[in-house]
Amino acid sequence: MLYSEKVLDHFSNPRNVGEIEDADGIGEVGNAKCGDIMKMYLKIDKGIISDVKFKTYGCGAAVATSSMATELIKGKPVEDALKLTNAAVVEALDGLPAVKIHCSVLAEQAIKSALSDYYTRQGIDPLPIIGEIKEPEE
Amino acid sequence: MEKRFIYADNAATTAVSEEVLNAMLPYFRTAYGNASSIYKLGRDAQRDVEAAREKVAKALGAEPREIFFTSCGSEADNWAIKGAAETMAKKGKRHIITSVFEHHAVLHTCEYLEKHGIEVTYVPVSDKGLIDPEDIRKAIREDTALVTIMFANNEIGTIQPIAEIAEICHEKGVLFHTDAVQAVGHVDIDVKKMGIDMLSLSGHKIHAQKGIGALYVRKGIILPNLIHGGGQERGKRAGTENVPAIVGLGVAIENATKNIAERNAVIIPRRNRLIDGILQIPYTRLNGDRDKRLPGNLNISIEGIEGESLLLMLDMNGICASSGSACTSGSLDPSHVLLSIGLKHEIAHGSLRLSIEDDTSDEDVDYILSVLPGIVSRLREMSPVWEKMMKGEAYE
Repeated sequence: MLYSEKVLDHFSNPRNVGEIEDADGIGEVGNAKCGDIMKMYLKIDKGIISDVKFKTYGCGAAVATSSMATELIKGKPVEDALKLTNAAVVEALDGLPAVKIHCSVLAEQAIKSALSDYYTRQGIDPLPIIGEIKEPEE
Repeated sequence: MEKRFIYADNAATTAVSEEVLNAMLPYFRTAYGNASSIYKLGRDAQRDVEAAREKVAKALGAEPREIFFTSCGSEADNWAIKGAAETMAKKGKRHIITSVFEHHAVLHTCEYLEKHGIEVTYVPVSDKGLIDPEDIRKAIREDTALVTIMFANNEIGTIQPIAEIAEICHEKGVLFHTDAVQAVGHVDIDVKKMGIDMLSLSGHKIHAQKGIGALYVRKGIILPNLIHGGGQERGKRAGTENVPAIVGLGVAIENATKNIAERNAVIIPRRNRLIDGILQIPYTRLNGDRDKRLPGNLNISIEGIEGESLLLMLDMNGICASSGSACTSGSLDPSHVLLSIGLKHEIAHGSLRLSIEDDTSDEDVDYILSVLPGIVSRLREMSPVWEKMMKGEAYE
């Protein structure tokens, strides 16, 4: 598997690993059967993602995309996190092997899933804002 | 412990040995003749190709004329299975028996034949990774052309009851082929005593180069020609002989098949120490029968983590290993071998295969055992699956 230096860096030194106990939004996507699970924790203050942590079960690309995705949204307004695409994660990692693109989709969805939980906790229907979160096509 | 480099993936490939390389080198620049040429340079090449054929034959208990050189083990498998299917179909026999956990070179060949009017029965394997010869007996029909069962499994290393299966095949008048790519050089093989009709082997698993293999075909069995052209390999597989590779295979197989017992006496205790050491990690299990397995093979599932991550971390610590996870195969499903012995997907994703040889030292074993638990802990700490397991929650 040809991984970029950035992917290997984010795999071996993943940023923002862990949990947030008093998280404002928690999202989990994927399943163990397919070999990837990502869990994201968000702390949101006044519309800004003040902290983000993740836990991932999966391959090198799954860990690296989770790590990169958390870096891309940390300290950013919720609106920016909503716009995060898997392509942006792939680009920030200097590319991914074709068979690993689904990991970046999973990372995007993990964040959307956590934001969806955040809106639900706020009493806001997340569906019109985020839309449906579909499992990535492998 | 100081970082080491440990190659523990000899089931994937091996380094060309110095002796093999030295034996091959003259054939590139000095003894480069075409084995079909009439002058001395060519005759010498032919003589050396035939000497290598004798070595391969001797290593298997076969006759030189029963050995055909191929480019790899997969080619040998393809030729044996498709060839037998074609020959036997003319006699109205259109049924093949194999097992569910064969190498893809066998499985995909069988699947190809299924699209061309051949019926295939896939016998199951036990949770220990062993085939019951009685299952073969039950599967044999009037129109069975061929039984093809691997000598030893490439992932979990389990050694199959080849002689018993061959005997059943012969009772019923059915051809028997075995893919022995993983077994040659690690266990004693005698094609005559074991009743093997066809056997595939590969050079790069036994310290020859990549790109050379061989098929043993018992005399009297007529396979269709694989490559049409010149008269090489008795006209059955045309194409100018790869003289250096063939010579290298001869040396490699000679070395690999002598002193097997002595080498295994060194390898097995080290392998067992690795197994016992790794099984100290909680939530681990050995895949495949502990005793009926290749001396250097171990395959262990480590719950709560995924195999590719494990391999990358091991690599960062200088250890080359292999896994049956989906991510290492580029497909969604984990190894068909691990699924065939009853492992759940999520357990199969976290498997580790080490395949060691006698150059894997006691210090190497110590190093692996010192590094692995820390890697597993680190991956489990970031694993939501492990978190759920520890909380007793479902995670499938």
